[in-house]
Formats: sequence, structure tokens, C-alpha cells
Amino acid sequence: MSARIFIPGDAAALAVGADDVAATFSAAAQAKGVSLDIVRNGSRGLYWLEPMVEVETAQGRIAYGPVEAEDVSALLDAMLAGEPHPLLLGPTEDIPWLKRQTRLTFARCGIVDPRSLDDYRAHGGYKGLERALALGAEATVEEVVQSGLRGRGGAGFPTGIKWRTVAGTSADQKYIVCNADEGDSGTFADRMIIEGDPFVLIEGMTISGIAVGATRGYLYIRSEYPHAVAMMEAAIRTAREAGYLGHAVAGSAFDFDMEVRVGAGAYVCGEETALLESLEGRRGVVRAKPPLPAHKGLFGKPTVINNVISLATVPIILAEGADAYRDFGMGRSRGTMPIQIAGNVKHGGLFEIAFGVTLGELVDEIGGGTASGKPVRAVQVGGPLGAYFPRALFDTPFDYEAFAGKDGLIGHGGIVVFDDTVDMAKQARFAMEFCAIESCGKCTPCRIGSTRGVETVDKIIRGDEREKNLVVLEDLCHTMKFGSLCALGGFTPYPVMSALTHFPEDFGAQAPVLAAVR
Amino acid sequence: MIVVNSYEPWSAARAAEIIAAHTGGEGPALPILHAIQAAFGYVPEAVEPMIAEALNLSRAEVHGVVTFYHDFRRKPAGRHVLKLCRAEACQSMGANTLVARAEAALGIALGGTTADGLVTLEPTYCLGLCATAPSAMLDGRVVGRLNESRLDRLVAEAQR
Ligand SMILES: Cc1cc2nc3c(=O)[nH]c(=O)nc-3n(C[C@H](O)[C@H](O)[C@H](O)COP(=O)(O)O)c2cc1C
Ligand code: SF4
Ligand code: FES
Repeated sequence: MSARIFIPGDAAALAVGADDVAATFSAAAQAKGVSLDIVRNGSRGLYWLEPMVEVETAQGRIAYGPVEAEDVSALLDAMLAGEPHPLLLGPTEDIPWLKRQTRLTFARCGIVDPRSLDDYRAHGGYKGLERALALGAEATVEEVVQSGLRGRGGAGFPTGIKWRTVAGTSADQKYIVCNADEGDSGTFADRMIIEGDPFVLIEGMTISGIAVGATRGYLYIRSEYPHAVAMMEAAIRTAREAGYLGHAVAGSAFDFDMEVRVGAGAYVCGEETALLESLEGRRGVVRAKPPLPAHKGLFGKPTVINNVISLATVPIILAEGADAYRDFGMGRSRGTMPIQIAGNVKHGGLFEIAFGVTLGELVDEIGGGTASGKPVRAVQVGGPLGAYFPRALFDTPFDYEAFAGKDGLIGHGGIVVFDDTVDMAKQARFAMEFCAIESCGKCTPCRIGSTRGVETVDKIIRGDEREKNLVVLEDLCHTMKFGSLCALGGFTPYPVMSALTHFPEDFGAQAPVLAAVR
Repeated sequence: MIVVNSYEPWSAARAAEIIAAHTGGEGPALPILHAIQAAFGYVPEAVEPMIAEALNLSRAEVHGVVTFYHDFRRKPAGRHVLKLCRAEACQSMGANTLVARAEAALGIALGGTTADGLVTLEPTYCLGLCATAPSAMLDGRVVGRLNESRLDRLVAEAQR
């Protein structure tokens, strides 16, 4: 007897025992005399069900989860006999949580063997590059402009416009830099796609290089992601051997090659100019703009710097056409967003859907409420620089402008759920503390203000001249917001002020103290 | 499965070899520092003038780089390095209590190394495992859905 099963090699699946499960499957198969082909796929993103094991059948893939090592022997028997098992989830594609999604960027993630270039190609890989080569550089840039794709790293700047600027420069060397620093708590989309479908990022960077005339690429991955680093390095070697990187990419007239660089635990290095400094081997201190990286970026050369998800979305835009992508979404937020639902949530994971879904749908319906079973009290959207939202704002649609309109941001698309045991004054304190730890030190409001912020919140918590210190905190936030060079100092006021505005009772304040800082 | 960090004793000759192996590419400072730390478990002060000379930088510049990044240790690490995530998603699942528990069990604060040199306890700010929080990393091995008993086992493992 033989069977093919899928056990994710994704870091989060490993963190909950996927390697153990895989080893136990191998041993059980051997004991039962079954020849088992175990594929270590990426995660489908249904993390509460990890480790989720799938078996290939004539009716498609069937999922089971969450699987523990002690379940394996009986589970293997049930799989082979096609009999029911308590962990049976049914055909993977029919799981409602997955079915409700629109998987464009993550179309292959969790499905293919991430180490296999053949598998990548068999599932539509390199169709985008093929079309880009047929269109030519200029039309490729225009296709990305037309798609409406905006940067998924946080700032939401139109990707095509950035590319147009770099394409319009002339230089002996241009660079493509991919930002895989993914420092925001509650986010893991970059990690997941790198571990589950690394070739899509190579293809996206290659298309970008050809479109703007860059021959070298760097992928800056944070050091907290050793599995992603290993997967990407392996994929780059494979692509190079197959002629998809290096001289005359895919037999075309273009050269493009890339390498991985590993960060060193500094959150601020996710900021694009600090990242460039770090790549050049210096302290990750933010550069003043102008000049823009598009004009003077890495080593002073014109540089496209984009987030992993922005670049990994380019292949499908080219393959399916700008209009097909643009048709999804609302307002000026076009296409889909891989939303990451995390923290104290029942159904946490990666949910890719067109812009426009409301925060309430995401938290209550899709997320299923808290993991603890207690009421949801607050959700932080967009990482450590994002605002805390109370239930009263759950009708906000997931859209760049709608979130900005509520003094928040969608950032890289992470949502962290908190139950009613959360102390929002402590969360505000942490926001200031994090800013103090991670500040690059260039501007005083950020460097000194954040430390003063921690002290001030401490005084408020202690009840030490509370009314006066609430005003001090508000002033501090104002100074940081307007006196900081980058969003670390500039946006730390979002979590602080949103906590204070929406949850004044946690600060011992009598009435809603103030409107958000504007 | 216990992975023991076995670092090499400091050797200037070995450091020179590592530096030479990385000076070819563009912007080699971080790759060199990572390789030095991988070999010795930390970035010894004695390596700074060597890197400075190889990269044509001042010693102060190299020192500035080493001290800027949280990853680079100035002192030798313990035999095991246990990192606990204390970012928001992990906080929402009780990370702060777990950090305090680990500190108490080991008798050290975050950032410290036990007197017997066995365990270094470090904070980390998100491992990208936020949907299976709280999270930890022991010598490069990731651990999710931490609770008190899982943490206790992890701490015990680190003390071996
Ligand atoms: C403090 C700070 C941290 C950031 N971290 C990241 C990050 O981890 N990943 C990322 O893609 N962008 C991050 N950004 C945004 C980048 O500066 C930049 O806007 C982005 O890489 C551009 O790519 P995109 O247009 O594709 O989003 C950060 C910005 C700031 C101010
Ligand atoms: S706001 Fe903070 S992190 Fe940003 S440039 Fe200023 S000091 Fe550096
Ligand atoms: S916040 Fe702890 S793993 Fe992301």
C-alpha cells in the first residue's frame, strides 16, 4: 500500500509539533509496511488546526487536525481505509474558513511542495514572468500601476508608481530590495509565503528587476526567521541552477540575481532607509528623505524597495492581468489583503480576502471570538504602531482610508485580539517601552519622549497627579507625532492615544479624556 | 532532541579567517558579525579592530554597529539560549506571566545568564508565530502554544 500525505514544515506548525508528527508517521508507516510519501508543504494558514495533515485521495485532499504524535497510528489506519476519524475535517478545499477566502497571493501556499520548482511551475508558476517578458519592461510597469497594488509593508504607497520612478532613472546599477523584516507583532504573512511558496517571491523580484532595469536583488529577512532564511536560500539555489536567476534569466535577454541578507534584531530596520543602511553594513539609522530610495537607495543607486507581499503579488497580477486583480477591493484599496488574525483568538491564521470586509466580521465571525472564551475587549490592528480598536468601531471596513479615518492604520494587515482581562494602560505603557527599546536614536521626541512616556504612564497607573500626567502624556504624543522623522516615533502615539481615548477607565480617568491627537 | 550550543574558544586566527571569507560581497559588515557570533557565541571586543581594518572603517564605527543591533552579544552566551516573546500577540495569551515564571525559575532577569553558564534568557519581539501564541525559541527551535507546564519543561531542558 502507498499514500501521499502533507505535513507542514511551516515554522508555526513546527512550533506546535509538526516534526514530531512527521517522524511518527514515518515510523508508523514502516511498522505497517506502508510506503508513505511525506511532503512538507507550507501552511494553509488555519493555525488553530496545526499540525494539519492532509492525505491525497481520488476525491482530492482530505484534512485532519490538529494532529498530535499519539494520534498518528490510528489516524494512518483511518486514512488508508478511508474511514472516519475524530480529527477528520473533510476535503481541505471545502473547509468553510478556507472556502470563504480569495486566495490570489497565497494561491499555492500550503498546496505545493515549497522546495519543488516543478511543482511551482505545474501550479501556474512563472506565467507572470513569461507575460512580463512578452509585454516588455515599460508595459510591465504600467500593468502593475493599473492593478492598483499598494505597498503591503504598511505605508500603502502605489507599487507601480514607485517602479515607474526607478525605471525612469539611468544608472550603471539599480537594485531590487525586498523587505522581509516583518517586525510587527501579529503578522506572519511574509514568513508564511517564504516558507510555503518561495519561488513566487523570486519570480516577483525578477519581474521587478526586468521592469525597472535592475540586475541585483537583496532579500533582507529578520534573524527571528531562521526557517524562512533556509527555505529562501535553498529556493534561490534551485532557481539559479534551473536558469531562472543569473545570466539570461529564463532564456531572455535579461540578467537578474539575488541573495538573502539576515537582519540582527532591530525593529527599526523594517523602515526602508534604515534597512538600506543595515544592508550597507551600518547602524540601522533612518535616513532623511529626500532623496528617495528610488533615486538614491542602496549604495546610492536607484532602488525599488518593496515588502514581500507586494512583490509576491506581482506574478499573479502579470499572469491574470491588472484588471482581474483590480476588480477586487473597495475604493482606493484594490485587490486582496492577506489578513493575519492572531493573539487571543479562537480561529487564528491567515485569511486572504478582498478589501472591504469589516473588522467585526474578521474578529467575531472569521476569528470566532477569543481563545479564552471571554468577551473581546480590544483589537490592535497594524502592529505595535497601530491603534487599539474597541467593539464600537468594529463596523470599520478593512481599507487603508477607512482605518486612517478612525485614527488607525491597517499596516501589514495584522490583527491582535485581546479579551476582557487586558489592561489598556499597560498596553499603552508597552507601546512607549517598545518605542524606547527600538528607537534608532536620531530624533529627540522619539528617543527621549518614549522613555518619558513610560514614566508618565507609570505615574498615571500609580495615581500620581493623574489629571496632570494625562495632559503630559497627550502633549508627549503630540510632540512625538509631529517631531519624529519616521513612523516609529510618529505612530507610537496611535496605540497610546487610542487606548486612552477608547478605554479611559483603565487609566483611572473620569470621563473620555480627549479626542485623538490630530 | 537537545541541541547544545558548542562555541569555539576565541581565536584571532579563526576570526581573521571568518572575516576574510566574507569581505568579497557588498556591505559585508552584518554577515561578518553574524558569522563571528555563530562561531564564538558572542562578538568579542578584540574582533572590532580586525573588522575595522578589513573594511576600512574606524574602530568606533564598528563598535557602533555591534552595539546598535540587539542580536549581537558582547559577552559569551550560555550553553542554551531561551528566547521568550513579549510582543503584543503573545501578551494577549499571557506571555508576561510566563516571562516572570521563567525568570523566577532560573533566578535571572531577561538578558541574563545563569551563574553556571547553562542558560541565557532573552526577550524577543515577535517570532511570527502569533496565531499559536505564546511563543518561544530554544537554540533555534521554535515552540508555540506555551503554557506553564510547557514552559517548565522548556526551562528544564535548557538547564541540562
Ligand atoms: C519603524 C518601521 C518599521 C517598518 N517595518 C517594516 C517591515 O517590517 N516590513 C515592511 O515591508 N515594511 C516596513 N516598514 C515600511 C517600510 O518603510 C516601507 O514603507 C516598505 O518596505 C515599502 O514597501 P511596500 O511599498 O511594498 O510596502 C516599516 C516602517 C517603519 C517606520
Ligand atoms: S522617529 Fe525614532 S526611529 Fe524614527 S528616525 Fe526618529 S529616532 Fe529614529
Ligand atoms: S507576538 Fe509573539 S510570536 Fe508574534
